Amino acid sequence: MGKVATIARRSFLLGSATIAGGVAFGAYLHNTPTPNPLADGLGEGGVTFNPWVKIDGDGITLIAPHTDLGQGVRSLQAMLIAEEMDLEPGQFRVETGPPDGNYYNGGIAYEVLGVDPGDTSLGNRFTMCAFNTFARTAGLQVTGGSSTAPDTFVKLREAGAIARETLKLAAAREAGVPLSKLNTKAGAVILPDGNSMAYTELAAIAAEIDPVSEVTLREPSQWRHIGKSMQRLDIVGKSSGTTEYGIDLAREGMVHAAVKLNPGQGAGMTSFNADAARKMPGVKDVLKLEGGIAVIANNSWTAMQAANAVECEWAKAAYLPDMDKQWAAALAGFDGELDSEVRNDGDIDLALADSATIEGEYRIPYLAHAPLEPLGALVLVGDDQTDVWVSTQMPIFVRSAVAGITGHDEGKVHIHNQYSGGSFGHRLELEYIRHAAEIGNQMRGTPVKLTYSREEDFAHDFVRPMAASRFRAKSANGQVEALEIAVSGPSTMASQGSRSNSPPMGADFQLHAGISNAPYALPNMRVRAYKVGDMPPTSSWRSVGASGNGFFLECALDEAILAAGGDPLQERIRLCNSPHAKAVLEAVGEMSGWGSDLGEKRGRGIGFVESFGTEVAEVVEVTDTGNGIRLDKVYVAVNVGTVLDPVNFDNHVKGGVIWGLGHAMNCEITYQGGAAEQTNFHAYEGMRMRQCPDIEVRTVNTGKRITGIGEPPVPPAPPALANTIFAATGKRLREMPFNKLVEFA
Amino acid sequence: MTRFSLNGRDVEVSVPEGMPPLWVLRDELGMTGTKYGCGIAQCGACTVHLDGEAVRSCQIPAETLDGSKVVTIEGLGTPEALHPVQQAWIDKQVAQCGYCQSGQIMQAADLLKRNPNPGDQQIDDSMSGNLCRCGTYPRIREAIRAAASGDRSGPKLEEQEV
Repeated sequence: MGKVATIARRSFLLGSATIAGGVAFGAYLHNTPTPNPLADGLGEGGVTFNPWVKIDGDGITLIAPHTDLGQGVRSLQAMLIAEEMDLEPGQFRVETGPPDGNYYNGGIAYEVLGVDPGDTSLGNRFTMCAFNTFARTAGLQVTGGSSTAPDTFVKLREAGAIARETLKLAAAREAGVPLSKLNTKAGAVILPDGNSMAYTELAAIAAEIDPVSEVTLREPSQWRHIGKSMQRLDIVGKSSGTTEYGIDLAREGMVHAAVKLNPGQGAGMTSFNADAARKMPGVKDVLKLEGGIAVIANNSWTAMQAANAVECEWAKAAYLPDMDKQWAAALAGFDGELDSEVRNDGDIDLALADSATIEGEYRIPYLAHAPLEPLGALVLVGDDQTDVWVSTQMPIFVRSAVAGITGHDEGKVHIHNQYSGGSFGHRLELEYIRHAAEIGNQMRGTPVKLTYSREEDFAHDFVRPMAASRFRAKSANGQVEALEIAVSGPSTMASQGSRSNSPPMGADFQLHAGISNAPYALPNMRVRAYKVGDMPPTSSWRSVGASGNGFFLECALDEAILAAGGDPLQERIRLCNSPHAKAVLEAVGEMSGWGSDLGEKRGRGIGFVESFGTEVAEVVEVTDTGNGIRLDKVYVAVNVGTVLDPVNFDNHVKGGVIWGLGHAMNCEITYQGGAAEQTNFHAYEGMRMRQCPDIEVRTVNTGKRITGIGEPPVPPAPPALANTIFAATGKRLREMPFNKLVEFA
Repeated sequence: MTRFSLNGRDVEVSVPEGMPPLWVLRDELGMTGTKYGCGIAQCGACTVHLDGEAVRSCQIPAETLDGSKVVTIEGLGTPEALHPVQQAWIDKQVAQCGYCQSGQIMQAADLLKRNPNPGDQQIDDSMSGNLCRCGTYPRIREAIRAAASGDRSGPKLEEQEV
């Protein structure tokens, strides 16, 4: 309990989201049941068994509270319920549900407390119970941190099983047969005589019964859906242009809005002149906002053109305006106050006392999320209530922020969470929704759809922080004896905390995530992190701290291994002290034919990172073509324990690898005069198909707890590529993007 | 007034001067399958067929719409009557967030119309103007190969006329 209580006193990182932990934990430490939000508005004869399942006149509705950002989790959550409830695709609708504390994310408990939410031992249940009580009351309905699978794997199957057993109880009473003689199949209870009673017909009877409280989950051998590839529920819509994203929605009488906001993030506007904009045909109004203006027009394009025509005088941003000053600050950070020393094994000072065998400095740039659907929201502020149609990873926080702007009670603020055209962490932020609410509040009674131009989206990203890293190492006879790594950069946790009025932050563990948890039993290892202030605002970017730290550690390690004549794969395996990690290292070695001759002008290299509890190893192969380096192949071995849907999983792993490689090769955000210099995809391409390697994925299951896959394939990709390029060309890349240092085909 | 054929239907719309077809489709005609991603022809999310050719609808002048024949993702096929390329996209489970896929599919349909059996290099060359931030490129390649070879469910490519 002491461990749980400490979370109330410090802010903690929930995978990809920093949440203020300033809630007085003790005040909530009681087991008052929270009302099931589905009970509201349930029609006559309807029934709801728990916050995830209801049956009424609309049929069977399953609630999938984790936001679908492209990971396929709306389908996945429904499949977990359907597995135990014995439903088939087509027999149910799936909704995202309202913002509600019942939909807290228990999967982030692992990141916070190191406990497995699926572990049903008594001690663990007690810890989880305390955490869950806190999470529910703190409104931690969060999608992020690769936690959907660990959060829902047990919880949603239990929800389905409870519904099934309660419906069986209803059938037993109705048909007068013993419960033990009943079975369920395809949305119906099957009677001993072979006749069936549809769940929808049993709803009214089931509504009279208290839902059962104890259920036994089925053994994996009985699973019908889990572990088998399913057709995603959204696949037809997304292949036919019929899926509606937030940006596609319309309401009767709707007007369109575009914004022009201070490119110096967080700073205000001193004056503006909208005379020219107001004269443009189709422009209805120009509104003043916090830090900028909004144009209201009869279509998005006119609104964007007019927003560009508004002349604004901006206040200066509070952070260092230019890149050279920011890098100077990051490097000075190594001589500043220590934020944390999270690992200090052996005696590093003694080990490196004579001289380090090798040392070096690495750098990573800022990176934008740039989901292809630009930011935006549709808002209708009425007299009594506010409706917001938007895609968000933080619905309860959004509701609270919107209520603060429109003045309506939170119960009268309705968040309609939408499919999103990507996020990669950007939709953990609330700024775009605050702006939409501000606009809606000035346009009461009129539905307003705000669409950010791509340029505004880039200008107002909360970027992945830049950072510098220095290492010193000693190795001999092919073995690494000592490794010291220090990281200095802006703190994402501090930046996120400053936007959510959190109490002062403690140490930021994202500054060393991916390094401090590396499963290498080095005789001497020290990891230090330094926090740098006065920097642009930053946020969680797919895989957060590990996205850059993997590059720092895995390249430094490679340098140390190679300096002593060691083998990068074999030495990692030798150092590895985790069976879960060792299994993926061995698997990727086997897949890639590690050690075999690749021929002239070719090379292979490896990267391994454990993030969000998932171990991923990647081997890249390249050819130096003479017209640039061509990426030929990537082998990926992954350990998440149980794989829920193999096809979706495979797609996701490959996407993560491509995300990691594309940004490492081609992308950076730089600041000049306080503004991001990259304004659109011409200057920030990520990866295009012509550079995309063939990717082969293998899953390894060492029988560990289930972990997520949204982010973990990202961090090993950049170091694997850099190590490969060294192997092929002898050139050591210590800075991203790599295309500043080498040419790619 | 601008008059053109949209998915086989004649439409007439008052287009503000300079407004790209992307926004005519989305905001004036409510055809939202065509997506806005960048506005500068760098992402391909807004790809439509204009007189039988794949174009970025965010960049071509609005005047070119007059008298033209436009096909959008909604006109290529529907959930009830899918185009072979759309069927291949479903069979191969290409989409993640799906936001770029309308444009990808329109580009791929154009490629396959010109070259019913494209090689790997031709696929990459034709598709590299279409960004996918989720990284579904390996599956897009698979789906194009499947559509070309007929290794998928649904009607054959040559049976479709768009």
